[in-house]
Parts: sequence; structure tokens; C-alpha cells
Amino acid sequence: MDSKSLAYLSNNFIYSALAVFAIAFLLHAVETAWSVKSGEKRELDRSRTEKLARSATGLIILGNLIVAAALITRGASASRIPVANMYEFSITGAFIFTTAYLIALKKYNLRWLGILVAGLTLLTLGTAITLLYVESAPLVPALKSPWLLIHVATAIISGGIFLLANSLAAAFLVLEKMERNGVRSSWAHRLPSLDALDQLTYRLIALVFPIWTFSIIAGAIWAEAAWGRYWGWDPKETWAFITWVAYAAYLHARVTAGWKGRKAAWLCLIAGSTFLFNYVYVNIWGTGKHTYSGL
Amino acid sequence: MNGKQREKIEKDRTKSLKELGGFSLWRYLWRLLTSMRTALILLMLVGVASIPGSIIPQRSQNPFEVSDFFDRNPAISPWLDRFYFFDVFGSPWFSSIYVLLFISLIGCVIPRLNEYLRAIFEKPSPPPQSLQLMKGFQSFDSDSIGADKVLILSWLKKKGFRTAEFDGSITAEKGYLKESGNLIFHFAMIFILIGIAVSSIFGMRGDSIVNVGERFQNTPTSYDSMIPGRFYSVESLQPFQIKVDSFLAEYDPLTNQALNYELEVRVREELDSSEEEKVVRVNEPLTFGATRVFLQATGYSPQVTVRDGAGEVTFKGAVAFLPQDPNLTSAGAIKVPDMEPPIGFVGSFIPTAARDEVRGAFSSYPEVLDPRLLLAVWQGDLGMDDGKPQSIYRLDIENMERIGLKALRLGESYDFKVGSITFDGYLPWVNLQIIHDPGKKIALFGGLFALIGALGMLFIHRRRIWIRFSEENSVQLIDVAGFSSSNEELLLRELREFQEFLTLKKGES
Ligand code: HEM
Repeated sequence: MDSKSLAYLSNNFIYSALAVFAIAFLLHAVETAWSVKSGEKRELDRSRTEKLARSATGLIILGNLIVAAALITRGASASRIPVANMYEFSITGAFIFTTAYLIALKKYNLRWLGILVAGLTLLTLGTAITLLYVESAPLVPALKSPWLLIHVATAIISGGIFLLANSLAAAFLVLEKMERNGVRSSWAHRLPSLDALDQLTYRLIALVFPIWTFSIIAGAIWAEAAWGRYWGWDPKETWAFITWVAYAAYLHARVTAGWKGRKAAWLCLIAGSTFLFNYVYVNIWGTGKHTYSGL
Repeated sequence: MNGKQREKIEKDRTKSLKELGGFSLWRYLWRLLTSMRTALILLMLVGVASIPGSIIPQRSQNPFEVSDFFDRNPAISPWLDRFYFFDVFGSPWFSSIYVLLFISLIGCVIPRLNEYLRAIFEKPSPPPQSLQLMKGFQSFDSDSIGADKVLILSWLKKKGFRTAEFDGSITAEKGYLKESGNLIFHFAMIFILIGIAVSSIFGMRGDSIVNVGERFQNTPTSYDSMIPGRFYSVESLQPFQIKVDSFLAEYDPLTNQALNYELEVRVREELDSSEEEKVVRVNEPLTFGATRVFLQATGYSPQVTVRDGAGEVTFKGAVAFLPQDPNLTSAGAIKVPDMEPPIGFVGSFIPTAARDEVRGAFSSYPEVLDPRLLLAVWQGDLGMDDGKPQSIYRLDIENMERIGLKALRLGESYDFKVGSITFDGYLPWVNLQIIHDPGKKIALFGGLFALIGALGMLFIHRRRIWIRFSEENSVQLIDVAGFSSSNEELLLRELREFQEFLTLKKGES
């Protein structure tokens, strides 16, 4: 197959994945609503919707495999790994995000998060193929380096895990507010305890912090080889640094200042929004050396 | 020590210091600066302080955008400038935050070195009184137990626990390397900051545009621009030489995007050393010790001959023009002070000529396929004698008058009455960026150690298992519980394993 038809195939995979994630999202929505019995007491009965929830997870797995196929064909069409522009960055990031969720699902009871995962993946892929799409093309000389793989791949992995950790922190804040006002709504009964959510968020940040550190170091080494300076306070670099500092502050606040719960969750969300800002604002409206790898 | 305890100790410390007063003010300030809370606040401040640097254009990155910004916002720009908002990362306020963080970091990490070392080598401390309040508490009586103290100790040792025996109890502890990781991480931060400081104080960066076929000699006069660090001495320039033999640029004919740049050079490390052939690419610079030479940009130098009215050659050579767009439409100036009156040309070099209604003449491809040299001829005072620094790419036309306008093809001449100009040819040029960065290695090692330290401090978990032996109504009892501040799941798993081992019948193990 030639490069054009491979890229075309890749786009069709993305459209199919969109459909699959949309169905998964709907199933999860129905399953969440149905698990609450109607009537006076509005009790939670998960057994009624267990099958539905399982098939939703099945669809997320299927969707993820299709995204993997899209990534492989996209990469093959340009004979390189598909992380050279914001479109590719987005679909790879979506893949990592769902993969991280599926791995965590094996260990923890996280099926309740499926509706958010399916929704966010849908949103990311949808934005990517409509707003961010660029034709598949070979690399400009500055991007031809093994550090592209190392730096960008670790950045994307970090992004996927950051997104998962922030989903948990957001869920924590919602539940915490409910509990402060009384009891949880019935649909929320199957969600884990606040303490478990808080712990899991911390564990994910502790996992991703070294990966993010590594990604920044790899970026600095690459920048040194390509541009002659390892750090230039280019907007992208500045915001990567801000995210790093914010998560260091999160870990620090937890361990040494004993922040837990609400304060820590807010700090996590603030740090997460610096990552998002870097991704959206700096790529699209920013200036500097990094923008040529974007749109 | 957990967060609460630590905080309390610090509060006590600062409180008692406040009471000392007078002479101790400095010590008080020092303690305040090196407290955990201050460090945390400084850390967040560095982050917040770098935000304006990413939103307002910076001189160090893009001086043209800064002047643009001035033009667009004439009211606030001088104020922003007064507070260094166009040089955020070199500003006094940014530097003072980072210097304070640096001092704070040293001030709190070095005294802690002792504490850490003690923690690493110290024996585990005795179990707390009320084990039943701790994690995973379980009590076993002798009937269900298949192991004695000796077996328990050897099992714990085999699992990598450090054990200490007390009167009727055992404490086992694991994960000591967490503290080492933490220590390494924080020291690595210090090294990164040192590396950055060394580079900016003793380093240098400079640019030079070199035509293909020419030679670059590493002396101050060969540079088009140079930014030395405060303590960089120009005498320490290494005497290397780079002869640019050929330059290959490949472009994608569909998208006009650059595919590959390759620069062939001959290099001498010293004046008298032998010549070596090398290839420079975008990600593959030349290295001379701590100095590296990067291929940074490319463009064209049109070659012209200028004659005066009598036909005498007054200028002959290649003049570098600066690219204005991705297709290398280039602009520049040719100055001929030796004519009477002096002549200047404002020029545009178009590698592959195209034309449309809106843009007029423009380049449709970055390679030279059908070149044009567009020239405006100016006569008058070039303004080169009044000592003001002048861009070599621009003509100061304030005291000049335009006397001609012409588009030349290759080989054509233009006669502008008081003289003539001939478009002889063109040479590609490359911009060599020369960077001396002596702190780079320190920063790099700092970075790598930060990573190793981070892995250690975040993935290794400190956990304790406590075991107490007692007797109640002549029944032997063993109480077991544990503690971990960073990973209870892991602790509970290990406790379960331990309890399984305990309840194995003797002889089964
Ligand atoms: C300035 C003085 C500083 C002091 C006294 C300090 C002290 C500490 C201590 C004692 C811990 C470990 C707590 C424990 O395991 O019980 C810690 C953890 C940590 N520190 Fe610092 N630190 C300082 C500055 C910094 C800086 C500048 C950064 C990074 C930018 C940083 C990042 C971290 C991180 C990421 C952790 C890991 C927390 C975890 O285990 O999850 N620290 N610090």
C-alpha cells in the first residue's frame, strides 16, 4: 500500500474508533442511570447493570485497539513514529489515556470512571480529526533524531497519565462536596471511598513525575543537539517547567506539609491545567521554536 | 518522621528563635528561609514568575517581536520594560527568587544530610504501645503459630527487612533507599542550578554567517554577533578553523518543506593541526571541547559587481541576504561607500521567481531554479561614518535619494547613469552558531541524578512490621501490625504474606 492510502486508512480507523467510543459512552451513561432503582428509596443495585457495564468496557478495549491500528497505519504512511504534530500527539495521547485506564481497571475497581474515560477519549479524538488534522508528511530536518521518539513519547505517556490522575482528583472533589452536604447521591455509592481516590491520585502522580522529569531532560538534550542550547525559556519549555514545578509542589505538599484530600486535589487540578494550557495554548497561539512541530 | 511532626518541630524552632531577638535576627531569617514552607512557596513562585516570560515576547528569543510589541502598545511597553518584562529570565526579580530557592535548598538539604545518614544506618526503633491501633493488626495464639522467634527473624531477613530485637518484641523495616533517593534528588537540584550558573557566567554564544567556499576562523572579528558571559574572556576562544566546502539542501517538491540539510566542512582544531573532513547536520553539531558549532539557518548571498561612471570596479563580491519566508525570498543591502557620491542598493533575492497580483514578485520554491535580483538604487549619505552601529542588512535611507529600480536576471547588468551593477551569481550561506557551554555537563549530570533520585524516592516505600510476643493465661500470643506512610497497599500485602508464613504449621515450611 502506498503512503496516501495508508494515511486514508488511518483516518477511517479514527472515525470508526469515534463511533465505538460514542457507543461505549452511551452504554456507560445508561448503565449509570439504570443502576439506581426507581421508587422511594432510590437504592443502588449494580447487579442489574453489570452486563451493560462489562460490554461498555469491552467497547473501550475495542476502540483502543482500533486507535492502535490508526496509529500504526499513520506511522507507516510517513515511515516514522506518529508523534510529529499536534494531531498525532492527540491521538497517541488518547491511546495512552485509555490504556492507562484499562491497566488500572485490572487492579482497581474503576469501572465507574468508564463514562468519563469514554467521554474524554471521544472529545480528544473528535477534536483531533476535525480541528487539528494535518496531512501525513515526512519530518523536517530538526525533528530527525532519536530524541523525538524518547522525548515526545514520554511526554505523551505523561499526558495520558496526568489526565487519568486529574479525572480522579475531579471525581474526588465532586464526591467530597456531596459528602460535605450530607450523603452521596445513589449513583455515587459504588464509587470508592474518598481516601482511596486520594491515595490513587497520589500514586499516579508519583508514577508520572519521574517520567515527566525524564521527558524534560530528554527534551533538553535534544534541544542542545538541534538548537545549541539545552534550555531557552521558549514558551513550551517554560510551561513544561511550570507543570513540573507544580507537580513537585503537589508531592511535596503531600509528603512534607501533610496536605491531603481537598487541598491536594485542587493542587493536582491546577498543575494539570498547566499541562493542558501548554498543550492547547502554546501549540496553537504561542510562538517559539516548538510551534513548528505543531499545527 | 511524618509531615505533622516535622511541621511542629519547625514551629517550635522558629518560635524559640523569635524569643531570642536582636543578634539572632539573622539566624531567625536564615531559619525562616530554609524552612520547608518557605521552600515550597519559593518553588511555586518560580513557576508563577516564569508565566509572563511565556506570554510577553522576550528579547533573548525574539528581539523583533519585542519591537513589534512596543509599536503596538506604546503606553505600557516602557513600564513593562522598566520592570524587566521583556527580559524576565534575566531580571533581578526572577534571579532573586531562584537564588533564594537555591540558598533555601542548600540550607535545608545539607543539614539534613546528617539526619538522613543517621536514618539510613540507624536501627529500627521499638514498636509503639498500642499495636492494635496500627495498620493490619492481627493477634495469633500459639496454637495457630508454626514459627518461633528465630524462624521469624530469618524469614524477615530473607525478605530484605532490617530487624531489631527488643524485650519481647521485634521491629522490621524496609525501604531505606527511599531516603537516599530523596537526598540524591535534592542534591541534584543544586547541581542543575550550579551548572546553569556556570554556563551563564563563563559561557558564550555567537553567530556567524559563512558563504559556501569561505573559511570561518574562530576569532572575535569573525562573529556577526556575540553574547559573552560576565567572566568569559575573548582570549580563550579556541583557535579552530572551519572551511565550508559544500552545502546540500533538499526540499520536498510538493510541500516545499525542507527534508535534509548537509554541510561538508574541513576542520582544523588548531592553527597548525591537520585538516579533517566532517559533515554537519541539524542534529549533529561539530564539537571542540566544551565549544560546539551548530548549523542553524541557511540563505543566499547574491554576487554582484559594481562599477562607477568610468567603468572602474568599486565593489565585487557576495553579500548575505536574510530570508523573509520559507521559500527563501531574501532581503538585504549592498553598500558602496567608495563611490562619489556613495551608492547603496536595497535588494531582494528571489531563488525561484513567480509573480501574482497581490504579492508582486515572490519566490515559489526555496531552491535556486530561476533567480532574480530586485534592486532599488539609492544615492547620498550612507550614514556609515557617524559611528552609530548599523545593520548590514538594511540601508539607512534618511539622507539618500532613490535614483533607479530594476529586476535583474542572472548575468544581466543595470546601468543607473552614475554607474552600473551586474548580477554575477549567488552563493548559499549557512549560519554557524558557536556555543561555549562549560556548565552543560554539570547540569546534565544533575538532571540524570535528579531522575535516579526521583525514581528512588517515589518508587521505594518505607514500611515497618511490628511483632510483639506476650503471654496471657499461659497462652503464647503474637501481635502483628505495620506502618507505611507512602504505600499501605504494599504493606498490607507483605503483612498478609508474613501472617501466612506465621500460621504455617511447623514442619510444613
Ligand atoms: C528547599 C528546601 C527543600 C527541602 C528541605 C526539601 C525536603 C524534602 C523532604 C524532607 C522530602 C521527603 C519527605 C519524606 O519522604 O518524608 C522531600 C520530598 C520531595 N521533594 Fe523536597 N525539599 C526541598 C526542595 C525541593 C525542591 C526545590 C524540589 C523540586 C523542584 C523538591 C521536590 C520534592 C519532591 C518531588 C519530593 C517527593 C515527595 C514524595 O516522596 O512523594 N523539593 N523534600
